[in-house]
Amino acid sequence: MSKRTIIPFGPQHPVLPEPIHLDLVLEDEKVVQAIPRIGYVHRGLEKLVEKQEYANMVYVAERICGICSFIHAQTCSQAIEDLLPIEVPERALYLRTIWAEMSRTHSHLLWLGLMADAFGFEALFMHCWRLREKILDMVEDTAGGRVIFGSCKVGGVRVDIEDAKLKDIVIQYNDLEKEIKEITDVFVEDYSVKHRLVDVGVMSKEDAHVLGAVGPTMRGSGVAKDMRTLGYAAYKYLKFEPVVETAGDCYARTKVRIREVFQSIDLIRQAVAQIPGGPIAVKVTGNPTGSSFQCVEQARGDVAYYLKANGTKNLERFRVRTPTFANIPPLLKMLGGCELADVPVIVLSIDPCISCTER
Amino acid sequence: MAFLKLAGTVTKRMGMKSACYMYPVVAREFTKTTRGHVELDSADCIYCGLCQRKCPTKAIEVNRQEKNWTIQPLRCIVCSGCVDVCPKKCLRMENTYSSSVTSKF
Ligand code: SF4
Ligand code: SF4
Repeated sequence: MSKRTIIPFGPQHPVLPEPIHLDLVLEDEKVVQAIPRIGYVHRGLEKLVEKQEYANMVYVAERICGICSFIHAQTCSQAIEDLLPIEVPERALYLRTIWAEMSRTHSHLLWLGLMADAFGFEALFMHCWRLREKILDMVEDTAGGRVIFGSCKVGGVRVDIEDAKLKDIVIQYNDLEKEIKEITDVFVEDYSVKHRLVDVGVMSKEDAHVLGAVGPTMRGSGVAKDMRTLGYAAYKYLKFEPVVETAGDCYARTKVRIREVFQSIDLIRQAVAQIPGGPIAVKVTGNPTGSSFQCVEQARGDVAYYLKANGTKNLERFRVRTPTFANIPPLLKMLGGCELADVPVIVLSIDPCISCTER
Repeated sequence: MAFLKLAGTVTKRMGMKSACYMYPVVAREFTKTTRGHVELDSADCIYCGLCQRKCPTKAIEVNRQEKNWTIQPLRCIVCSGCVDVCPKKCLRMENTYSSSVTSKF
C-alpha cells in the first residue's frame, strides 16, 4: 500500500459556490475515501417557527434556497394547506406548476453553466447563463422578483398571470428552446466535454437506491423516480414521464438535466394550454392542527417537509430535508476510487446546494 | 466525435449585440410587476398599524399618537405583505430598487 495523504477540499474552493468541506484521503492521485463536514452556513431557519406566524413561514421557506426558492414556498404552502385544511383553486395550482417549471429551467441552466466552469469551459458557462438571464427576466415580469419569486402564499398564489402574458411566455420559451438546444448539444457531443464526463463518478443503480440518492443524481443511475408523478399541484393533469439515463456517470447526470429542461418547457406549454380561469386564492381562516408530510420534486431532487401544528398561530415543528442532504452519501460513494482532478466535476455533478442542506 | 461544437454559436454571436448592457451608464429597465421598494402616501394613512403587524421582518414602525410611520429599507424583504394588508391602500410597491446607502441607519 502506498503512502496515504489527506488533502482538504473546501470550504473555500474555486469550484464551490457554497461552503462544504471534504477531507480527501489519497493514494498517489487516487481518492480512496472522502470525509465530509458541513455546518458553515447554518442559519437556524427552522427555529423561526417560534417567532413567525404560520402564514409568514412561507417567506422563510422561500429563503432556504436562492435557486429552488419558489418550490420551497410551494411545498411549505402545500403542507400548511394540508393542515388547515383548505382546497386551493385550480388556476392557482396551474400557476404554481408554471412557476415551478420556470424555476427548474433556470436552475438547470445555472447548473449547466457551473458544470462547464468546473471542467474548465468558460465560454460555455457564459452562454448557459446568458440564456438563464432571459428566464429570470420572464420570472421578474410575472412574479415580481427575480430569484425570490414571492408569488406563492397559503391558499393559492399572490399574483395572477394574464392569459396574454402566459402566451407570451410560451412564445419566448419556443425561441429559447432552440437556443438551449444549440448550447446543450455542446455538452452532449463535444469531444473535450465528454472526455471530462464520461465514466467519471459512476454510481450503480443499486447504490443509488441503497444510499438514498434523489433527483437527477438518482435518475442518472437508472432509477425512474420523480415526485411530480405523485400528482401534487397541477401535475396530475399533465403528461410526462420521469427522465432516466442508465450509465450512472457525470455524463448521464448532465444528460438527465438537459432533457429535463426540455421536459419542463413542454410542461409549461401543456399547463398554459389547459389553465382554467377563476380565482387564484381562497381566504385562509383559523389555525392549523395536526401534522403533515409533503414531498415535492425540486431541481435537485425531492424535498421533504414535515410540519406539526398545535392549533395556535405558530407551528410547533418545521422540518425540511433538502435534496443535497440526501445526495451527500451517494457523492462520497462516487468519490471513492476517482482521480483527484475529477473531484470538482463529481462534486458539482450532484448539483450541491449547501445553504439548503443546512438551512 | 465532434470538436469545436461551440464555435458556430460563438461566430454567430460575434455579429450580434452584446447580451450585457453597460450598467450604470445604461439604466436597468424594471418590469411593471417588479417589487422594488415600499412607498407611503402619508396623506391617506390612518396609522392603524396593520402593516406593522403583518411585516415579517418588523421593518415598519407605526406610532399612532405621534402620527408617525417609518420603514427601515434594509430590513424590508420586499414581500409586499404590508401593501396587501393596508385598509386605505396608501402603501405602494414601487418597481425601482431602494438606492444604495453608506450607513445602516
Ligand atoms: S396599514 Fe396602511 S393605513 Fe394602516 S398604518 Fe399601515 S400604511 Fe397606514
Ligand atoms: S414589504 Fe414586507 S418586509 Fe417590507 S415592509 Fe412590507 S411587509 Fe415588511
